[in-house]
Amino acid sequence: MNWEPFYLSIKLAFWTMLLIPLVAAPIASLLAYGRFTGKSVVDALVSLPMVLPPTVLGFGLLVVMGPRGVAGMFWEDLTGDRLVFSFAGILMASLIFNLPFAVQPLRASFEKLDPRLLESAAILGLSPTQTFLRVILPNCIGGLTAASILVFAHSLGEFGVILMVGGSIPGETRVASIAIFEAVEALRYNDAFLMSAILVPVSFMVLFIINKINERR
Amino acid sequence: MTLTVEVRKQLPHFCLDVNFQCQPGNLTAIVGPSGAGKTTLIRIIAGLEKPDSGRVCLGDKCWADTDSGMFIHARKRKLGLVFQDYSLFPHLNVRKNIAFAATDSDRVDELMDMFGIRHLQNKRPSAISGGERQRAAFCQALARNPVLLLLDEPFSALDAGTRRGLRHELHDLKKDLDIPVLHVTHDLEEARFLGDSILAVDNGKISPDWFGGQMRSADAMDNVTVQASLLSNKSYA
Repeated sequence: MNWEPFYLSIKLAFWTMLLIPLVAAPIASLLAYGRFTGKSVVDALVSLPMVLPPTVLGFGLLVVMGPRGVAGMFWEDLTGDRLVFSFAGILMASLIFNLPFAVQPLRASFEKLDPRLLESAAILGLSPTQTFLRVILPNCIGGLTAASILVFAHSLGEFGVILMVGGSIPGETRVASIAIFEAVEALRYNDAFLMSAILVPVSFMVLFIINKINERR
Repeated sequence: MTLTVEVRKQLPHFCLDVNFQCQPGNLTAIVGPSGAGKTTLIRIIAGLEKPDSGRVCLGDKCWADTDSGMFIHARKRKLGLVFQDYSLFPHLNVRKNIAFAATDSDRVDELMDMFGIRHLQNKRPSAISGGERQRAAFCQALARNPVLLLLDEPFSALDAGTRRGLRHELHDLKKDLDIPVLHVTHDLEEARFLGDSILAVDNGKISPDWFGGQMRSADAMDNVTVQASLLSNKSYA
């Protein structure tokens, strides 16, 4: 059996898990503590990937990240490479697709934090950024961990968006879920079964760990 | 520097409307029943809430003045605030909590010695008693050398013995403080013991009558002469 799709899936899930807090934490903080016009619009936009069919989201990303899209042109100017059908492209798509899965638990965690701690931080002279880094994040480490692990598990199972943005390039974008799909299409049921049998316990273990973390919070 | 407060704010059931001054080195006890607007008043002075109208000034510097539209955020007021329940950061040990906003580590040691909690410096707030946490909260509030100290019922969550002990510690401490101190309490005995002046607040207004009424009702339990002399020794702010 070819292990490369698993390696790619884990690499994608790992980088998504590592990078998503940088995007999700400020958005979650804004939604938890911010008072501004259009907050419900931002909230709905962030949650959109949860309800959109992955093919619709994938198509949208394909347009934006394609050679004539804003993100695609910017990336090409920056690196000289195209963004679609590359690992960087599927990583970016994965970050957007997973955003609500990270923002929601983080936001819940931020909202559970005793507001008096934030007032104490203000009284002690901390700026909003210092409060976020020195008070909010250290006290929401459980929520951050749960969000990261959930995103890792979710990234392992991504299919539609990855296929639309990345296609199926061996060693570059062909992750395990796509390899399973291709094995079924080619009637290689043994390969498909074996790969699925590996993904199921891995996903189960990840969810089990999340539940354990949530029990301890 | 003298603290000048002239604020009005509409609350759900009444309008908070309070004017008073507090001199440096003086402790003004703000006393009144629950829901009288005491905590809102402290929050306005701290900059955690805005008044509908009026001003809060320390010396010639105004922190809030609705006429000129000025409002200085709490983080820039350099004041100390001790809440009624512990507001220490749970992820930090006692020392790090006190040193959180302190500029000088010697000051941290000095305060821990003053409040007798140096032996607890490596413990988390969850591992120490309520009285010890409140001592640490006092240290934290004083560590940045505040220009004003606000105490919002700091002893109300403590048992009677610990409350008495801390009351005496604060009584000793205030002799060395040359800043205005506002102490919110609903405990008359505490207000009379600690306050250089007493401000009775009821339904959002300064209400000497409320204080007098409480004094009379307390006469039945306490020594009338002592209470009368205590009252005559205090001035209504």
